[in-house]
Amino acid sequence: MELFTNQVLAGIATGAIYACMALAVVMIYQAIDHLNFAQGEMAMFSTFISWQLMQWGVPYWAAFVITLALSFVGGIAIERILFKPLAKAPVLTNVAGFIALFAIINSSAGLIWDFTIKQYPTPFGSAPFLGSQLISTHQAGMIGVTLLLLVGLYFFFQYTRIGLAMRAAASLPESARLVGINTSWMIALGWGMAAAIGSIAGMLIAPVVFLEPNMMGGVLIYGFAAAVLGGLSSPFGAVVGGFLVGIFENLAGTYIPGVGNELKLPIALALIISVLVVKPAGLFGRHIVKRV
Amino acid sequence: MSAAEEVVAEGHQAVEAVPKRAMTLGTGTSLAVLAVLLVAPVFVKNFIIFQMTMLLIYGLAVLALNILTGGSGQFSLGQSAFYAVGAYTTAVLMEHFNVNYALTLPIAGVVCFAFGFLFGQPALRLSGVYLALATFALATAMPQLLKLNFLEHWTGGVQGLVVTKPDAPFGLPISQDMWLYYFTLVVTIAIYIFSVNLLRSRSGRAFMAIRDNEIAASAMGVDVALYKTLAFGVSAAITGIAGSLGAIAVQFVAPDSYTITLAISLFLGMVVGGVGWLPGSIVGAAFIIFVPNIAEGISKGLSGAVFGVLLFLVIYLVPHGARQIAIVGQQLAGKLRKN
Repeated sequence: MELFTNQVLAGIATGAIYACMALAVVMIYQAIDHLNFAQGEMAMFSTFISWQLMQWGVPYWAAFVITLALSFVGGIAIERILFKPLAKAPVLTNVAGFIALFAIINSSAGLIWDFTIKQYPTPFGSAPFLGSQLISTHQAGMIGVTLLLLVGLYFFFQYTRIGLAMRAAASLPESARLVGINTSWMIALGWGMAAAIGSIAGMLIAPVVFLEPNMMGGVLIYGFAAAVLGGLSSPFGAVVGGFLVGIFENLAGTYIPGVGNELKLPIALALIISVLVVKPAGLFGRHIVKRV
Repeated sequence: MSAAEEVVAEGHQAVEAVPKRAMTLGTGTSLAVLAVLLVAPVFVKNFIIFQMTMLLIYGLAVLALNILTGGSGQFSLGQSAFYAVGAYTTAVLMEHFNVNYALTLPIAGVVCFAFGFLFGQPALRLSGVYLALATFALATAMPQLLKLNFLEHWTGGVQGLVVTKPDAPFGLPISQDMWLYYFTLVVTIAIYIFSVNLLRSRSGRAFMAIRDNEIAASAMGVDVALYKTLAFGVSAAITGIAGSLGAIAVQFVAPDSYTITLAISLFLGMVVGGVGWLPGSIVGAAFIIFVPNIAEGISKGLSGAVFGVLLFLVIYLVPHGARQIAIVGQQLAGKLRKN
């Protein structure tokens, strides 16, 4: 039983990483209706910017805020420059655009900061949290930040004018345009917010997985899986999905014989697919009814 | 944003409707392309012949994805898994059972058809991004499954298997590479003709009806579940045959040659070639084989970025892929004829 509790705790700790990423994935999915494959790379690039700022002597929290602002602007710029011209192109062409963006960011980061692994500081310290060896204060802090972010987003979408406008633009673009919402800029805003949330995720994940251009590869896959499991239309579901995926993964690694580190991912994905077969819109997603 | 709330959405399609006549080339153009493919190898070096063989093989794999996505409207990031199954079927049959290489192709096709058909069953419940995730899971799982210990006796584990390259039969005085090229060309043409006819047949019309409107299709009496899984099966079978040919051409199979990167390349090939336009498959295959090399030639350190920029250029200029160029060309030709 103790093994079980420990593994669940460890799962929650890794789950926090996935939850962070899943939140960013859901944000952009809400705004543009596609999964952005370059999301992880954008987060990685933001993290490198903050690292560079700290190398230049900027204190952690100042670097954090500056990176957040830069990522927000950067996200909007990417949408305006690269993806607005593709707005009328077929969906699959857009997906190809994401893959292109992925390649560009990954390779540029490699050229600017090279591929060596770098240490990244944590503001929360890395002592054991409440005497538990499995969760460090950093991981606890990460869970805290994720939950704060979730509450913040909830209030933003539910109680602010602009949050309402963004929801309207995403769910019924034509009607939103008729009541005077600039849907095109709402999409750009969605990109900006997703980039900013991604940068927070990146800066929180970097102390755990270390900083390097490929750090997000694995994380993004889990983030997608978590977002899909929780339901792509629900930020709350994404966070729950993130923790569930983390727990799944750890329990599968512990209890199913013959599952090493290698098979953890396929097993987690297989489990998620079995859940989706029963609940096709994800655990907390809204069921979309099609008009015939 | 309550979870239980139901949203009514307009049923927009992920894949645009391509009329079936627009899916192929005219007879004249087809014969011209065929002539080039037949004659070209005589004038070039062995390495280039090998690259042309790979071009045909990837072309087949892209064609298979095109039947699935452009034909039946289902999205797959798992094609690399089917490719791997085909490649391993051939490698195991040739190396452990001494089966003739040509005979392994239909066997690989049948094995992959069954695999794809079975995979299509759970995939029936999923569509859009969910299907993308499911197929993606298949693609990430496949290299790990091939490395499993109890399969190691057959698959060679991480090391993989070495495949012997076949000699030209009947004592023909041509090199192994050239023989393999012509062998691949014959298989490719056969599959291309099969695919064109498939999409023109009753089944093809059923695929397209499902792609354009699933509910309307089922109201017209199309067995949606059957045809969706059938599309998966056919696509997997063709990808598997491409995988077999790939294993013979490269003379080597290993789990890490068939990762998600391969599936993503095939997807890019389909987009560049034009979704739903079968002859575009070969253009797409050329893109995914040659453009990374060109990018590497322009800048070693930034090859990824250069590739990304080139890809962006292509999708800006022709968002509908090579099909768009072909349509413009046709219109121009039509105008010239009138004048």
